[in-house]
Amino acid sequence: MVAISLDSPEINQRQRQKLGYTYTFLSDPKAEVIRRYDLLHRGAGPKGTDVARPAEFLIDSSGTIRWVNLTESIAVRARPEKVLEAFEQGDRAPSQ
Amino acid sequence: MNASPQKSWNWSLWTGFLFVLAGFLSYTFFARFPITRDFPWANLLLFALGGILLVLGLFRAFGKPKIYRGKIFGPILATLGILMFGLFSYVFFYELRQVPPSTGAPRVGQTAPEFTLSDQDGKDVSLHDLISRSKAVALIFYRGFW
Repeated sequence: MVAISLDSPEINQRQRQKLGYTYTFLSDPKAEVIRRYDLLHRGAGPKGTDVARPAEFLIDSSGTIRWVNLTESIAVRARPEKVLEAFEQGDRAPSQ
Repeated sequence: MNASPQKSWNWSLWTGFLFVLAGFLSYTFFARFPITRDFPWANLLLFALGGILLVLGLFRAFGKPKIYRGKIFGPILATLGILMFGLFSYVFFYELRQVPPSTGAPRVGQTAPEFTLSDQDGKDVSLHDLISRSKAVALIFYRGFW
């Protein structure tokens, strides 16, 4: 599991320690990857800056996307069990 | 004291207001649990309880003004309560849903666009590295902590 946002590595380091998360936090300060995935939410950040809209992708070992979740409300996020379910289904599906 | 006997404290007015205030301020707490985050059940319940008590308090203040206080505070607290409920509903049911459409996002079956970004230690990590390290990768894009 990997988290991606516009936050700097310093903020990511701090938040990661504070919240006790062990997975990787990637920093995309110029929103290059966020733009490539068409996930930029213009003006929605602090003081009208751009941020990433919440979204989740499950990618298999061949680099193929197996599952996508684009939320319609910022308050609604994918639940861990949904991601695990998608992961297990992908695991069972024949690889191509 | 026989001219103006001591009136009772209109507790339901104040308790109702406290419930509404709790409903207004407690979403950050309830957002920790998926059930009360995706839909604000707990907050709406607090608003509903507060609303019932406020209405009861208003009935007491205006229906039995000789027994209960609250003719001045009642309307003020009720108005504040309505404003808080309105603002909460506006933010939750309108503003948080103003997420732009994402027509260009990669779809199921497509190859995930490759990238390289710095991790929390400032070390470069590519999608290729992540994929080759494990069976599957969940990419979680989020708004950030700022």
